[in-house]
Amino acid sequence: MLYREAGQFKTTYAADQQLFPIRQDRIGVLVLLAVAFLGVPMFASEYWFSAILIPFLIFALAALGLNILTGYAGQLSLGSAAFMAVGAYAAYNFQLRVEGIPILVSFALAGLTAAGVGILFGLPSLRIKGFYLAVATLAAQFFIVWCLTKFPWLSNNSSSGVISTQQLIIFGHELTTPVEKYLLVLCIVVVLALAAKNLVRSTTGRAWMAVRDMDVAASVIGIKLMPTKLLAFAISSFYCGVAGALYAFCYLGSVEPDGFSLDMSFKILFMIIIGGVGSIMGSFLGAAFILLLPIFLDVALPFFAELFGLPFSSATVSHIQILVFGALIMFFLIVEPHGLARLWQIAKEKLRLWPFPH
Amino acid sequence: MIKSFKPALSVVALSLAMLSQGAAAAEEQFFPIPGYRVGPYGANGQSFYGGFIDYLNYVNLKEKGVNGVQLTYEECETEYNNAKGVECYERLKSKAAKSAGPIHTMSTGISYALIDKSAQDKLPLAMMGYGRTDAVDGSVFPYAFPLVTTYQMQASAIVKFVKEKMGGDLKGKKIVYLYHDSAYGKEAIIAMEAEAALNKFQLVQIPVAHPGNEQGAQWLKIRQEKPDFVVFWGWGVMNQTALKAAQKVAYPRDKMIGSWWTGSEEDVVPAGEAAKGYMAATWNVAGKQVPVISDIEKVVYGAGKGNLQDKAKIGTILYNRGVSAAVLSVEAIRKGQEKYGKGKALTGEQTRWALENLNINDARLKALGATDLLPEIKTSCDNHEGSGKVKIQQWDGAKWVPISGWIEGNKALIHPLFQASAKQYAKEKGITPRDCSKEK
Repeated sequence: MLYREAGQFKTTYAADQQLFPIRQDRIGVLVLLAVAFLGVPMFASEYWFSAILIPFLIFALAALGLNILTGYAGQLSLGSAAFMAVGAYAAYNFQLRVEGIPILVSFALAGLTAAGVGILFGLPSLRIKGFYLAVATLAAQFFIVWCLTKFPWLSNNSSSGVISTQQLIIFGHELTTPVEKYLLVLCIVVVLALAAKNLVRSTTGRAWMAVRDMDVAASVIGIKLMPTKLLAFAISSFYCGVAGALYAFCYLGSVEPDGFSLDMSFKILFMIIIGGVGSIMGSFLGAAFILLLPIFLDVALPFFAELFGLPFSSATVSHIQILVFGALIMFFLIVEPHGLARLWQIAKEKLRLWPFPH
Repeated sequence: MIKSFKPALSVVALSLAMLSQGAAAAEEQFFPIPGYRVGPYGANGQSFYGGFIDYLNYVNLKEKGVNGVQLTYEECETEYNNAKGVECYERLKSKAAKSAGPIHTMSTGISYALIDKSAQDKLPLAMMGYGRTDAVDGSVFPYAFPLVTTYQMQASAIVKFVKEKMGGDLKGKKIVYLYHDSAYGKEAIIAMEAEAALNKFQLVQIPVAHPGNEQGAQWLKIRQEKPDFVVFWGWGVMNQTALKAAQKVAYPRDKMIGSWWTGSEEDVVPAGEAAKGYMAATWNVAGKQVPVISDIEKVVYGAGKGNLQDKAKIGTILYNRGVSAAVLSVEAIRKGQEKYGKGKALTGEQTRWALENLNINDARLKALGATDLLPEIKTSCDNHEGSGKVKIQQWDGAKWVPISGWIEGNKALIHPLFQASAKQYAKEKGITPRDCSKEK
């Protein structure tokens, strides 16, 4: 009933082609955006902004990048964190070396730099597939981190390789509070997410899916494999690069190459697996799950421990957290291998029939 | 089932009782602790933070706090991960708004991530023996304190020690700098290069990739180079591997000097026989012969309030270092109370002032029972380091033996490097440095 679409007729091409064809979805998205832009800044505390919401949005963006590559174009990659590192260091260097460059332009250029590097590491995808490609992109992970440590120019000759990011100035206004940083990240993420949503249903997106499902068949029907795959690498790396720049500038404020480790790449991969491979919303759900669950357990476990008089140290909490986390991932993958996005889809289908299921 | 409810009920009753008392409650000084006891460096964190917390409890038990102000703390697990460190800091921040002791992260990466934030929130960040070392210049970094000594001063002190050992001249000698290829390992390079230029020895830099459990190639290179000394900057699993690898290529261990993060029991015991004769810098000695350490064992563990599960760790280098960090923090609170009112908890801003005006001399250390846990320390606005001295200790196969007195690095050579770097930071960030002559 809630999702009853009866009576929603599409009489024009424009109506048929809009981003959210169902009225309930349109309303839902608008409400969500209103909450994110207006509601959250009014009520959330500083802790929520700097420790939860900002990293959530940034990782959702990185997961979105990986989802474009892995979920839509079917190219498995383990180098997402490295492309984030490229974005972070590129944005830092553009700010440092180009006098008076606006910060948003540096972010865009950082994305483009990452896209360039992504194409380079995407080249092996023309010959190899699946796990073999994953191992090839692993090279990006090691090479880029090595490169950033090796050439001190990239970190402005900092003795330790750590960079400390410049001020965030937009139209002469310096962003200092967590709320302002949150709003900046939110704007960028919303724009890029809508762009991605649009992209995956365009010709390009459909070509990606064709390549993903069966590349031989795709090439038979006239899709050129090389540009299609490389474009997927470029756009995916662009998203990761922008996420990396935001990670450095809006979240940590200072990064070192080692921070963008293989662990982080895996984390992003888990996000899309849990959230849903090949789904824009899945990237957001996955990021929320992977980031919020440990924090939730961190806060909740000591509370319950105290309630039942158990002797918990913070180390025990951390161990239990890893345990529960692993168990939940296994549980999810067994119960719903298509991720959280698929659960939402099922819920939507049920809501169409509610309250008279058949 | 019923049984498990009983403690729960008593907790509820207790907390109700505490709530009703709330208004009359004594002052409390809060210590936010973003620490780590799991993850790759968990073993080091357990000893360090165990010692830190034990000393806070010790002061509570022994003297009922600092002038009656109880010391409280909350620990948050960072796993030595920068992003988690930031999350922990943000979580502890709201509690630290009322009163805050120095924040010890024991991680260069997390400290870097917190430097700007802590200055904005007016919370003092203590980076004892690590961190953004140019924060020695307090005019640019009012809220960051690389206390006791820094990597660069340590490197300089080690070179001084080697020079003395070689008969007072290093000209034409060869020293290998073998380091963890990360922010931590690279920080001392600038000091080693400056020393090489000054003392005219040849410096060979050899990096080891993280985590450092594969060092075959590096040690082959060392064997080819035949250096007169190896200055070793490792961390975690890398240390024992290096000692074993040195044994394999028969490089004498008594020609290896490590930094203070390579000189704990956790590093040498697993290496076994290979570690015998190896030297390391330190600013605190190991062992329970230090009066305050044996007293902690008696008072805190006697009352069943010890923080360590493994009591064998009491008196190890890192445990004693945790105590030394706590001694310094508590002394800062004492100092601050002298200015801002005895028996009152200090805000972060007040603790900052105290850290900048520390003056702990040998007599005071002796009175605390903490001789040799710290060198004398006297901080000021333009010197957040306050000491710059280390001792060299040697592993005799069973325990660490101090083999030198306090050695001070070449301040005239090293401190200008900090000022130059701090100035560049100020320029990049658009900070106007304070005028230190106006501070008091």
